[in-house]
Amino acid sequence: MIEPKATPMREQAPDVRIHNFDEVPLGYSEDEAVREASRCLQCKTAPCVAGCPVGIDIPGFIRAIKERQFGAAIGRIKEANALPAVCGRVCPQETQCQGVCTLGKKLEPVAIGRLERFCADWEADHEACTPAVHAPTGKRVAIIGSGPAGLTAAGELKRRGHDVTVFELLHVAGGVLMYGIPEFRLPKAIVKREIDALRRMGVRIEVNKVVGRVATIHELLRDGYDAAFIGTGAGLPQFLGVLGENLNGVYSANEFLTRTNLMRAYLFPEYDTPIKVGRRVVTVGGGNVAMDSARTALRLGAEESFIVYRRSEAELPARKEEVHHAKEEGIQFQLLTNPVEFLGDKGRVRAVRCLRMELGEPDASGRRRPVPVKGSEFEIESDTVVIAIGNGPHPLIPQTTPDLALTPAGNIAADAVSGATNLRGVYAGGDIVTGAATVIEAMGAGKRAACAIHDSLCS
Amino acid sequence: MHRILSKRTLGPKIREYVIEAPDVAKVGKAGQFVVLRLHERGERIPLTIVECDPQTGGVTLVVQEVGKSTQEMGDRFQEGDSVLDVAGPLGLPSEIERYGTVIGIGGGLGIAPLYPIARALKAAGNEVIGILGARSRDLLFYEDRLAAVCDELHVMTDDGTYGRKGFVSDALREILVSGRAIARVWAIGPAIMMKVCSGVTREFGVPTVVSLNSVMIDGTGMCGGCRVQVAGEAKFACVDGPEFDAHKVDFDLLMSRQRFYAEEEACAVEAYLAAQRREGETK
Repeated sequence: MIEPKATPMREQAPDVRIHNFDEVPLGYSEDEAVREASRCLQCKTAPCVAGCPVGIDIPGFIRAIKERQFGAAIGRIKEANALPAVCGRVCPQETQCQGVCTLGKKLEPVAIGRLERFCADWEADHEACTPAVHAPTGKRVAIIGSGPAGLTAAGELKRRGHDVTVFELLHVAGGVLMYGIPEFRLPKAIVKREIDALRRMGVRIEVNKVVGRVATIHELLRDGYDAAFIGTGAGLPQFLGVLGENLNGVYSANEFLTRTNLMRAYLFPEYDTPIKVGRRVVTVGGGNVAMDSARTALRLGAEESFIVYRRSEAELPARKEEVHHAKEEGIQFQLLTNPVEFLGDKGRVRAVRCLRMELGEPDASGRRRPVPVKGSEFEIESDTVVIAIGNGPHPLIPQTTPDLALTPAGNIAADAVSGATNLRGVYAGGDIVTGAATVIEAMGAGKRAACAIHDSLCS
Repeated sequence: MHRILSKRTLGPKIREYVIEAPDVAKVGKAGQFVVLRLHERGERIPLTIVECDPQTGGVTLVVQEVGKSTQEMGDRFQEGDSVLDVAGPLGLPSEIERYGTVIGIGGGLGIAPLYPIARALKAAGNEVIGILGARSRDLLFYEDRLAAVCDELHVMTDDGTYGRKGFVSDALREILVSGRAIARVWAIGPAIMMKVCSGVTREFGVPTVVSLNSVMIDGTGMCGGCRVQVAGEAKFACVDGPEFDAHKVDFDLLMSRQRFYAEEEACAVEAYLAAQRREGETK
């Protein structure tokens, strides 16, 4: 008899966790992991593997957990995924591996993400398994950007014996994993651990290195790199373009989260970077970044935190789990609501003027287009606003590489499989190519590009 | 880690540092800036590049001790010590061409970033008129350096303790009123000074460039905290600037955004000074 429900993971209670930045889900014990692993049917077709953008041998690692071979389990995962502790926490498993799980047709799917996280955390408490590295090939690859795409490409190329240097323009490696995703969802110590594992493999990481300015892509290739991979992400915050958006107290989600996560503004003045959270915080947007911002606001001491989103709950792009956590914590959802102006007082925002919306005909994205309800204008009193409506491509590499082909949206034009760009030896992947997407999709792109780079270097 | 190759005092709470940052020193140009972080708990401080020496790898920066971090840098970071991070060069370089006769205005700390621009303009064959301004004699620095790269130098102090009494905008107006053909003006300094100078040159229709020092976090285009309104459009000072067409800048917005963290800055200074006092007592 198979348990119909997945083994739950213990969590910090909502009323406790809104006062701290500690991680919300607490992880599986060994027994809980074994119990959950036992629910896996070990079906021959293993649709979960195809559902994983990096193709982890999911039945294989789950079987090892069931047999209490935890070291073997993490080894199996790491053959395909350099960042398991990250993926186990932030992947949208419900639409990937778990979304196609055979068990899921009748019962709750196997909690693959939780099991992956368990293995990665188990490894952190035990002897670290460093993947075998091939003998040096003598080929050098430059990776620009140390986010999920760049780190994955770096790990894959290093394993194959290439000399890999990762260039990061901020003062720490990790990209969005460090500046964007909050501590309570992805502890920074865990990101550092995964990056240290890459360093142990021999990946060189240079921070504060502004590629494009200190050396262009062409200069890197001229100065001895055989190939370059661009994974500089979607770092340019988008704004609504409505009146009052430059008032004090109106933050981009990037700024709000960077101050908090990267610069640790929640520990001000012990740390030097301040943040102003205010009493009533309105976050505009419905994705994971919006949930992260609204939940961060509460932890910074906001009395009330609102999500304002122009479509309905069904269209919220955030993961269900994030919406669930946000609701548990008391985030107030103003759905079918669109901000049209920010009102200020002495230069600081004091309210958001909104319109109620209703859903009309489907638009280009296939989702029903929100249309304003006439005469529905109202104000939400607010002293801090966070704009979380998405990010455009990071501008530096396109700006400093004029012959690099771009898409009409300003992303780098790259082959969907190999990541090859119009420039010889230059590859790109992740959000800089696709526009803002998920950590694991960026990792998949990094991995595919690494394979293509390897093939080209060895041929 | 980046070693401090030299440190000297230019005036009360104004210090010049030469910091080892070979990557930046190789390619840094007039108008660009670096982001510096003192230590693990430090904030990212944007500082305009004054001079780059590719031979020694030294980058010259002038720092005014106005907040906690800059004060800490002045108190605790000596020649031979190291700061944790220096990233750059960031921002777009100044557009240096042969314009004809140009005016370079540096007010207060703005004298430091003006120097490399004036030097580059001179090297490009321009006749360079320099106007330097400070509140008082002791706050004026780099007069000799500017004199070496300007064909003509005007020095103004608010209180008349040195040079002529008055503001840089007064000297600017006199030159424009005299009818001399001025092709372009650079004005760098406090936002209010840039606003006033911009108002003067607008009257005379002289193209004017200002360098905007809005509040920044990453300095690389990612946070949008440094956004300024230029010709009615939001621009990021870090990647679209820091230099902009002065006649299109919304200076009032800039000033309002610069003041947003005043309270926190004061609180940080207070906490720092209290810690300094405690340290002094235990010694």
